[in-house]
Amino acid sequence: MTEVSALMLNITLDLLLLQIVTGIALGAVYVLVALGLSLIFGMLAVVNFAHGAFFMVGAYMGVWLFTQTGNFWVCLVLVPLGVGAIGLLTERILVRPLYGRGIDYPLLLTFGLSYIFVEVVRMMFGLNGIPFSTPQGLTGAVDLGFGHFPRYRLFLIGATAAIVTALYMFIEKTSYGLIIRAGARDPEIVRVLGIDISKIWLVVFGIGTGIAGLSGILAAPLQSVTPEMGISLLADAFVVTVVGGMGSLKGAVVAGVLVGVVVSLTSLVSPEAGRVSIFILMAVVLLVRPQGLFGRTGALG
Amino acid sequence: MSEVNTRQAAGAWRNAINAIVRHRVAATIGFLIIFPWLVPYHTLAINILIWGLFALGFNLLYGYAGLLSFGHAALLGVGSYGCGIVIVHWGWPWYVAILCGTAFASAVACVIGFLAIRTRGIYFSMVTLALAECVYYIFYKWESVTGGENGLRGINVSTINLAGFEINFLDPVNKYYVMLGVVAIALWLFSRILASPFGAVLETIRENDSRAAACGYNVANTKLMAFVLSGAFCGVAGALRALHLSTVPVEVMQISTSGDVVMMALLGGFGTFFGPFIGAAVFQLFGDALTLWTTHWQLYLGATFIVFVLFFPRGIWGSILHWLRVAKP
Repeated sequence: MTEVSALMLNITLDLLLLQIVTGIALGAVYVLVALGLSLIFGMLAVVNFAHGAFFMVGAYMGVWLFTQTGNFWVCLVLVPLGVGAIGLLTERILVRPLYGRGIDYPLLLTFGLSYIFVEVVRMMFGLNGIPFSTPQGLTGAVDLGFGHFPRYRLFLIGATAAIVTALYMFIEKTSYGLIIRAGARDPEIVRVLGIDISKIWLVVFGIGTGIAGLSGILAAPLQSVTPEMGISLLADAFVVTVVGGMGSLKGAVVAGVLVGVVVSLTSLVSPEAGRVSIFILMAVVLLVRPQGLFGRTGALG
Repeated sequence: MSEVNTRQAAGAWRNAINAIVRHRVAATIGFLIIFPWLVPYHTLAINILIWGLFALGFNLLYGYAGLLSFGHAALLGVGSYGCGIVIVHWGWPWYVAILCGTAFASAVACVIGFLAIRTRGIYFSMVTLALAECVYYIFYKWESVTGGENGLRGINVSTINLAGFEINFLDPVNKYYVMLGVVAIALWLFSRILASPFGAVLETIRENDSRAAACGYNVANTKLMAFVLSGAFCGVAGALRALHLSTVPVEVMQISTSGDVVMMALLGGFGTFFGPFIGAAVFQLFGDALTLWTTHWQLYLGATFIVFVLFFPRGIWGSILHWLRVAKP
C-alpha cells in the first residue's frame, strides 16, 4: 500500500506532461510508418509486409549519405527519393503482375522481399548496429515550462506534422490528389474516364515507401541502426493500422499518437508493460470496434 | 510409337499419384518410414518431420480455411515451452509433456483466434502477426519460467519407456521413429478432420464465407475451431521440437519462424495433404546445403519466396497434381 502511494507521489503533473510529449514523439514515427502503409493499402489493397524493411533501408541510406555529405538536411531530401525509387521499381517489377490474383499474393511477395532487403543490408553494412548521432543544431534540450525536453524529439514532432499536412494538402487539394481519391473509390470508372490507373498505383506505392524511408532516417538518431530494426516496427505499425482503421489516413495519425502516448505512460509505471500495452489496446479495439477507430465497416470484404 | 509410350508413361504416373492421393495417410506414413535413409544424416530427417507437422498444422488454417496467419511462430513456441516447462520444473513424463504442450498451444490459439477472427482478409494476417509478437515478448520477459533470453534449458529425456521397452532416446533413429508414431496419429486425425463435414465447411468458407454463412453455417465458430485445431497440431510439433533439441530457444517465437512455415507450405503447395512435408524437406535440405557455402542464405530464401509467389503459386506438390490433372485431395 505504501509502495503504491509512494509511486503516486512520484508521478507529478510535470512528469506526466513530459511523458505525454515523449509519447507523442514516439508516436510520430508510428504515424509516419502507418501513414505509408495505409496510403498503399487504401489505394492498391496491398499490405506491404516489406514496409519495415523500407524503413530500415531508409535509415541505412541516411547513415551512408550522412558519411558522404555530412549534411543531415541533404539526407532528409535524398533518402525519401532514393527509397521511393526502390519502391517504384518494386511495384513495377514485382507487385504489378500480382494484381487480380488474390489479396494474399502481394503480401507473401513483399514478405519475401523484406528478407532480401535485410540480407543485402547485412552484406553491405555488417551485422552490427551503427550508432547515428543527433545532427548538429538539434542537440540539447528545450525548456517546455514543465520540464526539459530533447530538441531532436520536438523537431521530430514538427517534421511529422509538416509531412502529414503536406500529404493532406496533396491528396485533398490538388487535381492529382483528386485522381488518387477517385482511384481508391472506384478504379474501374477512373480507367473508363481515360486515366491510366496503373501509373497512379505506381506513384502511390512510391510515395508510401518514400515516407517509410523518411521515417527511417528521422528515427535513426533515436535508436541504433540495425538490419533488424524494421521487424519489430512492422508489428507496431500493424497495431497502429488496426487501431486506426485500415486505409484511413486520419486513423493512422490519431492511432499513431495514441499508441505512442499509451506506450510512454505505461512505461512510467512498468517498463516491461510498455510494449505489451499496445497489444492490449489493439485487443480492446478489436473487441469493441473491429474495423478500427476510423475504418469503414466491411471495407475489407 | 514414342508418343504412345509417353502417353502410357504419363498414365502410369497419373495412376501412381491418384493412388497416393486416395490413400494419403498410408502413403505419407510410408514415405516418412523410409525417409531417414534418403537424407544425408538422420537428425535432418527429425527436423524435417517436425517442421512438416508444423506446416501441416499451418496448412489446415490457410490451405483449407483460407486464413493466412502470420503468427504461427507463437503456437509452435508455446507448444515447445508447454512441453519443456512441465519437464524442467515438475519432471513430468515425456508423453504427458507432449499433451501439455498441445493443450497449452491450443489454449493460446483459442485466445489469438478469438481476437483475429473478428477481422477478415489481410487484417487477419496483420493481427495474428502482432499478437504473436506480443506472445514472444511476454515469454522473453517471463524469465523465471521460460529462461528469458537464454531460452529454456535442461529438457533432458535420454531414455523413454515404451510398452515395457527402454528406448535410448539419444539415438537419432530411435528418436525419429518414436516421433513418427506421434506424427502418424496426428496425420490420421488430420485426414479425418478434412474428410468430415467440418472439413467441407472449412473449404466452403475459404471459397466464399458470406455464402457459407447464408447456408446457415456458423462461420465465426468454424474459423475459431480451425484456429484451435491448427494450434493443437502446431503444439504437437512444438512439443516434439522441445524433446528433440532438449532446449527451447526463445528465437523460435520470432516473426521469421512464422515466415518459415508460410514458406514451407508455399513450397509444398497450399491446401494439399502431402505438400507441407515436401515443403519442409525442400526448405531444410536447401537451407542445409546453402549454409555450407554462404552465410547469406536468407537472400536466397527471400528470392525463392518471390519466385514461387510469382511463377509457382501452387507449390511443388500442388503443381505436380495440377499437371497430372488430378483432383486435389
